[in-house]
Amino acid sequence: MRSFRYERSTDPGRAVALVAGEPDAAYLGGGTNLVDLMKLGVARPGLLVDVTRLPLDSVETLPDGGLRIGATVRNSDLAAHPTVRRDFPVLARALLAGASGQLRNMATVGGNLLQRTRCYYFQDVSRPCNKREPGAGCSALEGQNRDLAILGWSPQCVATHPSDMAVALVALDAVVEVLEPAGARDIPLAEFHRLPGERPDQETTLAPGGLVTAVRIPALPFGRRSTYRKARDRASFAFAAGSVAAAIDLDGGLVRDVRLGWGAVAHRPWRPRLAEAALRGQPATEETFRLAAEEELAAARPLTQNAFKIPLIRNLTVRTLVELVEDSAGPGGEAGPTGGTAGVDR
Amino acid sequence: MVRTSPRADLPEPPYRSPVRLSVNGRPHELDLDNRTTLLDALREHLGLIGAKKGCDHGQCGSCTVLLDGRRVKSCLAFAVAADGADLVSVEGLAEDGHLHPLQSCFVQHDAFQCGYCTSGQLCSALGMLDELRQGWPSVVTPDLAAGPDGLTEPEIRERMSGNICRCAAYPHIVSAIREAAAAEGVR
Repeated sequence: MRSFRYERSTDPGRAVALVAGEPDAAYLGGGTNLVDLMKLGVARPGLLVDVTRLPLDSVETLPDGGLRIGATVRNSDLAAHPTVRRDFPVLARALLAGASGQLRNMATVGGNLLQRTRCYYFQDVSRPCNKREPGAGCSALEGQNRDLAILGWSPQCVATHPSDMAVALVALDAVVEVLEPAGARDIPLAEFHRLPGERPDQETTLAPGGLVTAVRIPALPFGRRSTYRKARDRASFAFAAGSVAAAIDLDGGLVRDVRLGWGAVAHRPWRPRLAEAALRGQPATEETFRLAAEEELAAARPLTQNAFKIPLIRNLTVRTLVELVEDSAGPGGEAGPTGGTAGVDR
Repeated sequence: MVRTSPRADLPEPPYRSPVRLSVNGRPHELDLDNRTTLLDALREHLGLIGAKKGCDHGQCGSCTVLLDGRRVKSCLAFAVAADGADLVSVEGLAEDGHLHPLQSCFVQHDAFQCGYCTSGQLCSALGMLDELRQGWPSVVTPDLAAGPDGLTEPEIRERMSGNICRCAAYPHIVSAIREAAAAEGVR
């Protein structure tokens, strides 16, 4: 591992000045991804600026019923927060579906958004990777790509974003509050992560040296009727093969409104807006859900090893929406159990 | 290895930092290379080799310790970032020569074979039981708002998934944790 200098800041402006002042500086949050990448030689910062002691560790309820989550709030604290569990179960479930108890105690909200892909070739410095070294080529396009993208990829990069939390947040129309060298601004989460295009090394729209300071979730009255379903190769502590975040608002037997997010399908948490549009005003039936998912998935282009993701995501979407509808019809309309894995209908 | 000669006109970059840690109740003042993980600080600098280096990438859990009361993977934390923290490793569990009740349960239930993962399993289980006492849900908790409904086997298995046992002593680890939890009123 390359030697690095270490600075700790308790002032966000000072932290940004430190990182913006050096091309090879990086922020250190919980370290669960960055420290690993430094051991692998993928990340080689010369200066680490520790942001975990910045005063950004609170969860505030906003006057309209939304939430403002500080960037250094730990994943476990956010998942256990009573308001999150009650009003945005999709977010609590997504957080709890990610990593392990120890890692959730370490990982921060800001770091979760900025974590890097787990594509094998990105993490192996002996293999070409356009994300690590622009122009080097993509080893995954014809290589081990079972876990990688089916939507929005480019010949330069087929990586996926690994976060579960971000899939719930994109469905909830979250906004990322950032402090950049030029000042503070808001970036909608749906525009925070980029598609790879010609520049897979540029993963976000955050300016160089920019710091995530908070994530804001607007009020969503039907957020209480939401959940997250994740399919993975083992029942716990594994990245998603595919995942679905969903919230639904019913008007009798019709879909009044719906929010969806798809994980492990693209370079960013995917907001299936075509599927949402296809559902609004339609009967809340399995058939409608399937057709809506298929409409979005018409644009999917599987790689050599991951065509299974198309029926997987379609079926996960259908099962998740059916479950929300059935739970709302049940006693008290309370959300029911959703944990664990989900199978693939064939 | 390529070495560049230091420039005489620049001060030596501070690649080391003073680090204060309380470990199992004893204060320590260290001067560490910034690259030193919490795990290496324990093992290489304080002679506490109970926490194990299994994968060194946060995947196996054998390095689990309690950092300010919470279970973490010490291989993925730089010691310098934990400056001022209160650490408990497996060496801090027994008191006055008597095993911690959880340790006794592991012995009684034969909850290990080779023992390499055991220190991590113990620290992780203690942190996990504390999370349970605080009412934290897990992904298998049916009613998130209400919180966990008892320490069922699925809850233990899900909550302990960050600790791998390649001898596959899992059934005995689960029963050891259940007995220890029941003994202190966590059900």
